[in-house]
Amino acid sequence: MTTTILPDEKGHFGTYGGRYVPETLMQAILELEKEYEKAKVDPAFQNELNDLLRDYVGRETPLYYAKNLTKYAGGGKIYLKREDLNHTGAHKINNSLGQALLTKRMGKSKVVAETGAGQHGVATATACALLNLECVIFMGEEDILRQQLNVFRMEILGAKVISVKSGSATLKDAVNEALRYWVSNVEDTHYILGSAMGPHPFPKIVRDFQSVIGQETKKQFIKKEAKLPEAIVACIGGGSNAIGMFYPFLEDREVKLYGVEAAGLGLHSEKHAASLAKGKPGILHGAYMYLLQNEDGQIQEAHSISAGLDYPGIGPEHCYLHDIERVKYDAITDDEALEALQVLSKTEGIIPALESAHAISYAIKLAKEMEPTEHIVVCLSGRGDKDMEAVRSKIGGVKA
Amino acid sequence: MNRIEKVFQTMKKEGKKAFVPYVMAGDGGLTSLKEKLVFLQEAGATAIEIGIPFSDPVADGPVIQEAGIRALNTDVTLKEIVECMREIRPIIHIPLIFMTYMNPLLAYGLERFSRDIQTSGIDGLIIPDLPIEEEEIITSYLDEVKIELIRLVTLQSPIERIAEITKRGKGFVYAVTVNGITGTRAQFASQLSSHLEKIKSISPLPVLAGFGISTPEHVEEILQYCDGVIVGSKIIELMEAGNNEQIRTLINATKLPIA
Ligand SMILES: Cc1ncc(COP(=O)(O)O)c(C=O)c1O
Repeated sequence: MTTTILPDEKGHFGTYGGRYVPETLMQAILELEKEYEKAKVDPAFQNELNDLLRDYVGRETPLYYAKNLTKYAGGGKIYLKREDLNHTGAHKINNSLGQALLTKRMGKSKVVAETGAGQHGVATATACALLNLECVIFMGEEDILRQQLNVFRMEILGAKVISVKSGSATLKDAVNEALRYWVSNVEDTHYILGSAMGPHPFPKIVRDFQSVIGQETKKQFIKKEAKLPEAIVACIGGGSNAIGMFYPFLEDREVKLYGVEAAGLGLHSEKHAASLAKGKPGILHGAYMYLLQNEDGQIQEAHSISAGLDYPGIGPEHCYLHDIERVKYDAITDDEALEALQVLSKTEGIIPALESAHAISYAIKLAKEMEPTEHIVVCLSGRGDKDMEAVRSKIGGVKA
Repeated sequence: MNRIEKVFQTMKKEGKKAFVPYVMAGDGGLTSLKEKLVFLQEAGATAIEIGIPFSDPVADGPVIQEAGIRALNTDVTLKEIVECMREIRPIIHIPLIFMTYMNPLLAYGLERFSRDIQTSGIDGLIIPDLPIEEEEIITSYLDEVKIELIRLVTLQSPIERIAEITKRGKGFVYAVTVNGITGTRAQFASQLSSHLEKIKSISPLPVLAGFGISTPEHVEEILQYCDGVIVGSKIIELMEAGNNEQIRTLINATKLPIA
């Protein structure tokens, strides 16, 4: 069966996805789809994006053989796809730039976005500064506290950051407010959704803009090892770095794919963000997807030490890949991620984002079960600078 | 014939305009719902929209969001609301319409929900996160028990789309008056009147306008261009304040002769 032709024309991945949005947004969503399909086959658009990705973002990013981490794990060889070396420090810029160019193409002058860890907010504020677009970012109050530095970065870049106090005051609530803002300003504003979720065509658009990760990885890996890797690992909030990494490998059945959700304080606790492991399908933010919810269909709060994984849903394409068992999904706890962050820092001199540390932790476990002739590629989705305050408050540090 | 269809046929014959207030089920406890419905019926409401609280109401502004939070804080469930309606229905003779988002319905089970609300005496359903592209997910269940799905058209919907939407169903069409979410407003965009006239000229269904309508002056003005109004946030505010007199004034504004 071929898995790469989805979504269908109504935006469904199997039963997942779709466009469950207020009627006021339907026109904008249909227009976005139309413009995107045109842009996709327009060489001028693709050239402009590719030039920016090369000269502004710094692509392609390296595929780095982590010798010391491999030795530490003891088993399969671990490669890191260095999305942390992108301008602004994470994979998020791949999508933000693409969508900012689409915004211009649609003749809109303003952008709204949500952000959790602040990485998507920073990337979007950056793209908007570059392309002269007005930018409003919604961010949960809780996340603003966790990610002070990123809030200030967005402001320096000229974006207006609005604190969201409703609900759990994290990513889910920031999406609610961004959607409400979009409904109210739809005529001149585009919503740059930050992950492979939300109503069609967002899951597809975000996947396509992020697929550069997997495409480069494939080429680079073949060049280095003259084969495909046995395994690929990526962390999952809404699922954009993971789907971008996985998508070009979906038809390569011999490559095992692993998506890592946040297990927070543990899957047995109520405090985690493992939508696939512990949720059931439902509708939130425009899509049918696995959701953390109670029996009455009320959405439950997610928990993760990493703000970027702190979301009670998971993009529809991942739900589909889960059900057909093309990708194996598992979860890593806060403590395991904290430890992996320190291990990678000490062994390789690379401080990963807390989100990416979930993937690192899982890869270390996986490597132990693999032969030295086998290979794992980890998507190192972002760098850890933004998390230093949060990590210090957990593990301490020298004070003056 | 469904109660909604019947009421609008009568209104048309008598040249009357509709007033549909909104209440949030569970806000103030489920026991207060009966009192509220009885009051609104007696005050002259044409039909009543009953909101089902949801944790993430993206189409709603602060007033309805907070009413929903108050309701959820009482741990009210959809099952209890459906049961409560079954008890209240015998003393309410006007149409009752549930307004809710998709997820609570999915959790309940769409087929079972459709059957249960029918036996509880609900006549229609408004689902703000269900555009026509996705409505097949529930329409066959609703059709089977003759519950009307009330669809929305907005300032953003082009003519062909308005035509497509309004040819479906037998109830009424909900014309959203603003680019935005629910909540009281001081005024409306200047193109609203021509937009409502356009919908009215296309739609075989009665056209009811809603979102932001807050004063008797709004009611009178908007009724020049359509068949009725839906008032949500303002009703909730007035009920919170115990201001039944102003609710009556709002409802009575539909009865003034149209200039
Ligand atoms: C570095 C990093 N990795 C991963 C994520 C999770 O998002 P996604 O699952 O869309 O890749 C985020 C989100 O903020 C992030 O900042």
